[in-house]
This record gives sequence, C-alpha cells and structure tokens, in this order.
Amino acid sequence: MTAAGYSVLGVTAVFVVTLAVGAYGWRFSRTTSDFFVASRTVRPGLNASAIGGEYLSAASFLGVAGLVLAFGTEMLWYPVGWTAGYLVLLVLVAAPLRRSGAYTLPDFAESRLESRGVRRLSALLVVAIGWLYLMPQFQGAGLALASTTGTGPWLGGVLVATVVLVNVLFGGMRSITFVQAFQYWLKLTALLFPLLFMAAIWLGDGAVSPASVEVGDVVGSGDSWVSPLAGAEHEVYTTYSIIIATFLGTMGLPHVVVRFYTNPDGAAARRTTLFVLALLGLFYLLPPVYGGLGRLYAPDLVADGRAESVVLELPARMVGGTAGDLLSALTTAGAFAAFLSTSSGLTVAVAGVISQDVMGHRFGGVRAFQAGAVVAVLVPLGLAVLTEGVGVAQAVGLAFAFAASTLCPLLVLGIWWRRLTDVGAIAGMLIGGGCAGGSVLATLLGVGPEGWAGALLAQPAAWTVPLAFLTMVGASLATPRRVPRHAARTMVRLHTPESVQLDRGAPPR
Amino acid sequence: MPPRLPMPGALRWLRRGHLGTEAEQATFRTLHSASLTAPALRGGLTTDSAEHAIRHLRDLLGVPAVALTDTVAMLAWDGRFGHHERDAAALAAIVLESGNTVVRDRADFACSDAGCGLRQVVVSPLVVEDRVVGTLQAFTASASAGLVRAVAEVGRWVSGNLELAELDASRTRLMEAEVRALRAQISPHFIYNSLTAIASFVRTDPEQARELLLEFADFTRYSFSRHGEYTTLAEELRSIERYLVLEKARFGDRLQVTLRVAQEVLPVAVPFLCLQPLVENAVRHGLEHKQGVGTVTIIAADHGGECLISVEDDGVGEDPEKVRRALAGDESVDSVGLGNVDARLRTAFGDDYGLVVETGPGAGTKVIVRVPKFAPGVRP
Repeated sequence: MTAAGYSVLGVTAVFVVTLAVGAYGWRFSRTTSDFFVASRTVRPGLNASAIGGEYLSAASFLGVAGLVLAFGTEMLWYPVGWTAGYLVLLVLVAAPLRRSGAYTLPDFAESRLESRGVRRLSALLVVAIGWLYLMPQFQGAGLALASTTGTGPWLGGVLVATVVLVNVLFGGMRSITFVQAFQYWLKLTALLFPLLFMAAIWLGDGAVSPASVEVGDVVGSGDSWVSPLAGAEHEVYTTYSIIIATFLGTMGLPHVVVRFYTNPDGAAARRTTLFVLALLGLFYLLPPVYGGLGRLYAPDLVADGRAESVVLELPARMVGGTAGDLLSALTTAGAFAAFLSTSSGLTVAVAGVISQDVMGHRFGGVRAFQAGAVVAVLVPLGLAVLTEGVGVAQAVGLAFAFAASTLCPLLVLGIWWRRLTDVGAIAGMLIGGGCAGGSVLATLLGVGPEGWAGALLAQPAAWTVPLAFLTMVGASLATPRRVPRHAARTMVRLHTPESVQLDRGAPPR
Repeated sequence: MPPRLPMPGALRWLRRGHLGTEAEQATFRTLHSASLTAPALRGGLTTDSAEHAIRHLRDLLGVPAVALTDTVAMLAWDGRFGHHERDAAALAAIVLESGNTVVRDRADFACSDAGCGLRQVVVSPLVVEDRVVGTLQAFTASASAGLVRAVAEVGRWVSGNLELAELDASRTRLMEAEVRALRAQISPHFIYNSLTAIASFVRTDPEQARELLLEFADFTRYSFSRHGEYTTLAEELRSIERYLVLEKARFGDRLQVTLRVAQEVLPVAVPFLCLQPLVENAVRHGLEHKQGVGTVTIIAADHGGECLISVEDDGVGEDPEKVRRALAGDESVDSVGLGNVDARLRTAFGDDYGLVVETGPGAGTKVIVRVPKFAPGVRP
C-alpha cells in the first residue's frame, strides 16, 4: 500500500469514528433503578477535553509548526497567546458568563443591556467571526489532503464541509461533548506518538540543535531563528499586536462561549477553564518540536512555501519505510480530526445564531437550524476557495483580532462596568469591528500598503482593541440616561456565587 | 397587501378629499386618538398609564385641561392652568357618591387668578364592574351640552378599556393559581398507591421500604416547595426520576422506563413542574386499560440553541380531537394539566413553543416539548 493509501485510510477512519461516536455516544440509556441520570451533569474534566478538542484547530495542529519552522521562535507567541486567552477568560469572564444564563454572545448582550439592537449587531459579529474562522479550516483541509495524496487544493475543504454538514443535518452532533472530548485525545496522540519515534532518531543522530543549521529561509541564519525580534520590520509592534489579539480574542469565539453553557454553575465554569489551560499547555508543547525538527530534516519545505505541511510530512521523512508512512498517516488523521472538530463546533454555534436571529421567524425551529447550518458552511467554503494563499495561522489570527476588537470589549465591560449603555456598546463594536474588519479585508485581498501602515493593517489588534474599549466607554458616559433599568440587579446576579442565598429579584420581562 | 390600484385610481387617491368628507375625517381623527390611548389604559389605572393616556384624551375632547384621578388622588393632568391640579381630588369625591357625570363651576373649585380660563368642569366616573374606580375631568370655560355628552362617552370608553385591563390581570392571576394548584395536585391516588406499595416492602425488604419512603419525602418536598417560576431541567428530571421509582415499586416489571438525556441540556431553564404532568399522563396511559408491559420513554436531546424533550408511552393512545380540546383548556377532558403546561410554555417562550402531541387510538402517545436554551427573563 502506498503512503497516500495509508493517509486516505487514516482520514476515513477519523470520519467514521467521529460519526459513530456522535451517533452512539449519547445512547447510554438507563432505567431508573440504576442511578439518577439527571445528576450527571457534564464534569469539568470532560467539558475541558471537549473545549480543547473543539478549540485546537488546523492553525494549532499545522500552522504553529509551520510558523516556527519558517519564522523562528518568536512565533511561539501564537500558542502562548492561544493558551493564555483562557487565563483571561478564567479571570474575567468564565463564571459571570455562566451565571448570566446566556447560551450565545447575543443572548448575553440582550440580557445585560436589555436591547434588541445590541443583540442584532453582536449576532452579525458572531456570524462574521465564525466564517472568518471556518474559512482557514477548509483551506487547511485542502492543503493537508493535497500534500499527502496530491489532490486538488480545494477537495479536502469540500470533504470536511460535507461531513460536517451531514453530521449536523442528521443530528449526529447530539452528543457533541463526547465527540469533541474524543477529538482532543486523538489530536494529542496523533502528535505525541510519532514524536516519540522522531525524538529517538534525533537523539540517535547526535541531537543537533535546530539553531545551528543555516536554512535559506525568511529568517536567515540560525541565530536569528532562536532570538526573537531579530528580523522583520516593526517586530515589536507586531508581537504585541499578536499578544493582544490572541489573549483577548479567545473569549469572543462563538464555539468557545457556547460550551460554557454546559457547566452547571459558575464555579464549574472556572474549574473547566483551569482544566482547559492544562490540556492546551500540554498540547502546545508538541507542534513547536515539529517545527524545530523540521529545520533539520525537512528544510526544503520552507523554500517551497509549504512550511505548514511539516507536521504531515516529517514522520515519513525521518522514520522512513512503511512505519514512517503509517506515522504520517496518523498525523494526517489527527489534522483531519482538528478540521472536523473545530468546523463542527463553529458550524453548530454559527447555525444556532443564524437560525435564531436571522431566519427564526420564517422557518420552524429545527428547519431554521438546518437552513442555518447550510449557510454557515457554504459561505466560508466559498471564501476558502476564493482566497487561496493566506496562511492558515494568519487567517485564524485575523479572526482573533476581529473578535478581540468587537466582542471582547462587550463582554469585559458588560461584566465589570455597570455604566455601560446600549449606545456605547453599539458604537464600540461598530468602530472596533469597522477598523479591524477593514484591516482584515485589506490583508485578505492583499491590497495593504508597505511600511508602518502595512504593519498596522496586517496586525490591527494593538490599536483597534484600545480604540473599541475607549469608544465604548466614551459613548456610554455620553449617554448616562440609557443605562439599562435592571443593570444593578443583573450585576448582582453575574457576580454572586450560586450558593449564596440572596434575593436575586424577579427576572426582568 | 393592499390591492393595487390602476393608474387613474391612484391619481384620484392623491386628490384632496380622498379620505372622505369632513365628518368622516373627524371620525377618523377621533378613532385615531382613541386607538393611541388604548395601549396605555390596558395596563390598568396607574399614574404611569394615566400620564401616557391623558394627552390623547385631551386631544379627543378638545378642552384646555384634563385630569384623571383614582378614587382618592389625582393621577395625571394635561393642559394649561396647572394650579387647579389641587382641586381634582375633591371633584372626584363628588362623583364617587353620585356615580353620574356632573358639571361644576367655580363654586367647587375656587380660583383667585383673574386670567384663569377654567370656569367649569365636567366630571365623569370611570366604572369597572359596577364600581367607580376613578374620574375623568374636563376643565373648560363653559361646558356645552355637547361637551358633557362627549366627556360622558369618553369616560365610558375609558372604563371599557380598564375592564379589559382587569381581565388581563385576572387571567395572569388565574395562571399563577393554576401553577399553585398543579403543585398541590399530586393525586390522592398516587399518595395512596405509593404508601401501599411501600407498606408491602416493610416486612420483606425493610431497606427498600426505607429508600422508597425517602424518595417519597423528597418527591413531595420538591412538588410542594415554594419555588420560583422556573427551575433547571436537571431538577425537574430528578423529581421525575423519584416519581418513576415510586411508580416502579408499585407496578414492578409491568412498567419499563427508558431515560435518554443529553448531558448538555441539563442546565436549561424550564417552567417549574412542566414535565411532571406529562410523565404522569404517560404512566397512566401506558399502563391503564392495557395488558402486560407498558414502556415510558423520556428523551432530552441537544439541538443547537434548543433542547428537544419528548415523553412517549406505548399505551392505548388517545383521540386527537380530545387532546386538541385538552390543549384548548377544556376542563372535562381527563388529562392532568396538559393545557396548563402548554399555556405556561407559551407564556415563557412565546407562541412558537407550545406542546406538540402525536397520538391516535391504539398508537401510543408522544408529547414533544421544545425549549430554547436562553429566553429573556427565563432563568431558574
């Protein structure tokens, strides 16, 4: 059997297992004599695995290794930021968001600011962020399939989109927690297992440092590969911008927020987040090692502009023979688990928002959700085919910057500042979203200027996030009469632990 | 959609007088003012609603000043010469006694202001269910017979709206009373049967009897608890599981129960005791009038922004027409609280979220509940 054959087999296995766990995982039927089903709410550990499974996307699985290979150690800010985003989430958002009872971000906006306008705007933003994030998943799938089996660059995306759509339309994602938790461990295994073999070979070869070799890449010499801030222009600004976008963007991702609803209370939400931090920290140790080994064993990938396929090709190159092909098939399968889980989570979240806020009144409940799912998948698939050539990690980074400039201020100020008004929230989201969105568009279309202006557009978060916060605060202070009527009561509910007995007041109607 | 007019028609429509004669237009204006008043008045007679309504009432009457009072104090004033606000309460007292529309002049509301143009006042009672609840007062320079008639008619119209408001309020009270009743509606049969079943275990299996008694205690505590309007699906299911344990003790292997619950939907907020009646119905229909084993299946599934709950039995089924009547609130139909659950779901989540019942004679019964994961104002 050829290497491509093994890969196809691995990918098929992932698809089948995902469908099977989705269909049968929830069927643990019990009669009442056994135990109380109702007391088995999702435990923080399981929920955290599910969040990890959903969150670790193509950008994490393929992109990080590729970036480290091509641009050096300063790219480690991406995995650091993607993990630390959960630290911010833990400290500022997790428990209050759960206590608000909101399922999606528009729900939170509506219940906190008591305004339909804010709800509609945040729904639009959620859909935009979801699409921006789905697009690179489909692109990544195309890239992965093309690199291992030599098919067209769009086939992988279409395949993943089809499986996700079938799964969602026929109700296969009903036990989504189990499916996603399974995907996390699959992804971890798919990276860790080949790495053990490769590390052994590397040690056998004398444990050469990746920094000691000269590779004709962007970074140039080995020294500049390991030392951050020693290369491209406006390095400091770009780094800080990445940090801000990744730290603050996580809380605005629709599929992450939705999962917090599964926690029974605020304390469980915090515990879940803590577990997520540990699981992500563990996972993100692995991709940079692929990047480093790639410099030694597959340096030509950089010159070819295929750095992102290093995770897929490295095992076959280092181990060789059938064993190498099998290990490469494993990482390919892991990559498809990443595409599948992230796209499923995003599709469910985006479809929920589309069906509720856009087409809820034209179709019935279930129909609206299915129609929403179709729209949620087809638009980014079209975008993915149209905008080839944007790096997976870069596109995901832009989604983060957009989320950090719009929904992060809404969440943070909504939870921690009682004088926020609906006008302020709308103004802040429009300004932040407009600036970040414009920059994203300019980058995706490749029309950005050179020099400082180019750097500002390529990584907009460092200026758009403060701008959005300031606008939101300023516009709220200018409209003090529009502070929601029940703001004080809502704040009490958001910040008081559920175990405390107090009059939370009749909910506003 | 209005029917499309042909071109000449459209031109004619644009010409003056297209909206009817002077008299017709006056009628339209009156009706328009009246329609603007109605929504405020449907909230009942309060300072808030009076202030919203009063401007339109003055438009309607075309007088310099109008006041609305309840039986003891003024609620709202609109118009010029605001110093007469203080007289409104005293004027209201006059009508409270007589119950008729009266005309009063300066003898009853003294005025030292030479420029004050209010010399007469027409006071009309607002009557709800044969009881005077307030007054409508129209101040003017001189009250014509026509104005007196107009004030009396407007007063009657306002009274009509207030009666509707009373109706709304009593409907809400009825709904609350039904929830309380439902809470106390654990059927005497169930209590009797449970205790008998427990008694049968006391000698043979004391440990089992003790367990069942504790379940029974917990079940009644939940059902009678002074609970808020909403609870979580987890709480509701826990109570249902207790109920089913007790029923299983009684029926033994004749009652088969399957619970299939997606963990993700356990935190969803649902109206208190909204599933209990459905399960009780299922157990009754699944076993009564039926030989052999009856199966009750309860499924709660995750579906995007919604949770889908279904309660199904394989019993004798029901005539769909009868279920339709039960859902419409027909008391004579023997179905525990079906209409009540339906009404409460609709009140909480909107008309899209009523009960769906699939049944037919001999075909079992399946009741489907859709609950959104988030609805404004709904939280446990």
